[in-house]
Amino acid sequence: MSGTGMPQAWPEDARPGVAGSVTSRVVMEADQIARACARMAHQILEANRGADGLVLLGIPTRGVPLAHRLAKVMDEIEGVRVPVGALDVTMYRDDLRRQPTRAVGRTDVPVEVEGSTVVLVDDVLYSGRTVRAALDALGDLGRPRVVRLAVLVDRGHRELPIRADHVGRDIPTRTGEHVSVRLTELDGIDQVSIEPAGNPDHGEA
Amino acid sequence: MRHLLSAADLDQPQITEILDLAEEMSLVQGRAVKKLPALRGRTVVNLFFEDSTRTRSSFEIAGKWLSADVINISAKGSSVSKGESLRDTVLTVAAMGVDALVIRHHASGAPWQASRWIDAHVLNAGDGTHEHPTQALLDAFTIRRHFRHFVPDLSSFEGKTVAIVGDITHSRVARSNVLLLNTLGAEVILVAPPTLLPAGIDSWPVLVCTDFDQVLPHADIVMMLRVQRERMSGGYFPTPREYTIGYGLTRPRLELMKPGAAICHPGPMNRGLEISADAADAANSLILDQVAAGVSVRMSVLYELLGGAE
Repeated sequence: MSGTGMPQAWPEDARPGVAGSVTSRVVMEADQIARACARMAHQILEANRGADGLVLLGIPTRGVPLAHRLAKVMDEIEGVRVPVGALDVTMYRDDLRRQPTRAVGRTDVPVEVEGSTVVLVDDVLYSGRTVRAALDALGDLGRPRVVRLAVLVDRGHRELPIRADHVGRDIPTRTGEHVSVRLTELDGIDQVSIEPAGNPDHGEA
Repeated sequence: MRHLLSAADLDQPQITEILDLAEEMSLVQGRAVKKLPALRGRTVVNLFFEDSTRTRSSFEIAGKWLSADVINISAKGSSVSKGESLRDTVLTVAAMGVDALVIRHHASGAPWQASRWIDAHVLNAGDGTHEHPTQALLDAFTIRRHFRHFVPDLSSFEGKTVAIVGDITHSRVARSNVLLLNTLGAEVILVAPPTLLPAGIDSWPVLVCTDFDQVLPHADIVMMLRVQRERMSGGYFPTPREYTIGYGLTRPRLELMKPGAAICHPGPMNRGLEISADAADAANSLILDQVAAGVSVRMSVLYELLGGAE
């Protein structure tokens, strides 16, 4: 199945992670990402019974544009502007000591989180460690009434008892592989692909 | 980055990284919990052989807000007053397993020496008449914020003029600022009576002028230096009154400043000597912003040095 070298849409029923693949495989195209975002936005509004008290906090880097996309869909559905912010978790990570000093991203929380319903938004859910760090970071800003988690991709392999409330797509992977999410706002293209083991270029969650 | 000993150690991308991170750190002041866990389990010792209020306390707050354990040792009340040498003091403190040593010393080069004796990170918090790199960084942070009122994304100081006025000879603030501002692309003009200009000033990347009134209309930032009374025994100027007339930022001189220009002073101020109360409390005075920036910038530097793997 692998080996053509050309990025191609991966059929729904084909299991990614087939042994022996060495090239990257595209698993979500732009229209699929858009549909997944639209569905998640609907689900979040449904679970919250509307947009009251909602705050979307993206985890840098790619969680932030995703949070803005969810807010845009919500605006189209309900006609309300849900506050969107960024929550950097670098200084709360449990692996700071394991590598050279990490660059810190932006934190920009536009409203009081105290008593609100915070939806954390990230691109990939993996070990769960980023989310754990995000919960700690959030706790230092105030005490939200509820915290939910929305991710575009859940790739499995959790190392902590954490799960997402809203998932764009479950994508089974092998541990060594790298799930690469590209978003137009940052990368010029909307695409999710799986890179073979050996060349991780950004740490996923 | 292993140590921070001189402003000359930093290139423009590094300075920008430190200042950008300091912007993030400054948000901590407004939070419910003023603490980040980044330096949990690290120990920072402030070793101060000279008096200091703002530098020592802002290093202390910076360390504590990053969750480091911070210990202050000052020469008074320590073994230093019993005659222990710098080397023995530094080795003793390092032997306790500290991760970083913040050193202020009356001898130029003391932090550099210390960095050769021990494995811990060393930060220069002011050494003699040599350098005070974190002061230059917090000045650059404050000045950049001021410039960004007019140009939001500004990062280089190209085309900007900074006048540094006063006792250049004895000022470590001036030395570090000249180096850092030069790296950031600013034009630096030093203004002082000839007696307070150091030997070898010709080799500095600056313009030198002895006429304050001539420089004032051109400066985007007017940085006043403290007249260091404790170092003024050498007859550098006839009387304080004459110094004020020639080089004080007096109320009439405020009128000469360019529109949009701002005033800095590293503190502590001698009001009425190098700076008038009108200037210190003027709307375009950045002096309190400098103090506030001290904590954010020192958090940023501590994180850069201690935040990652050894």
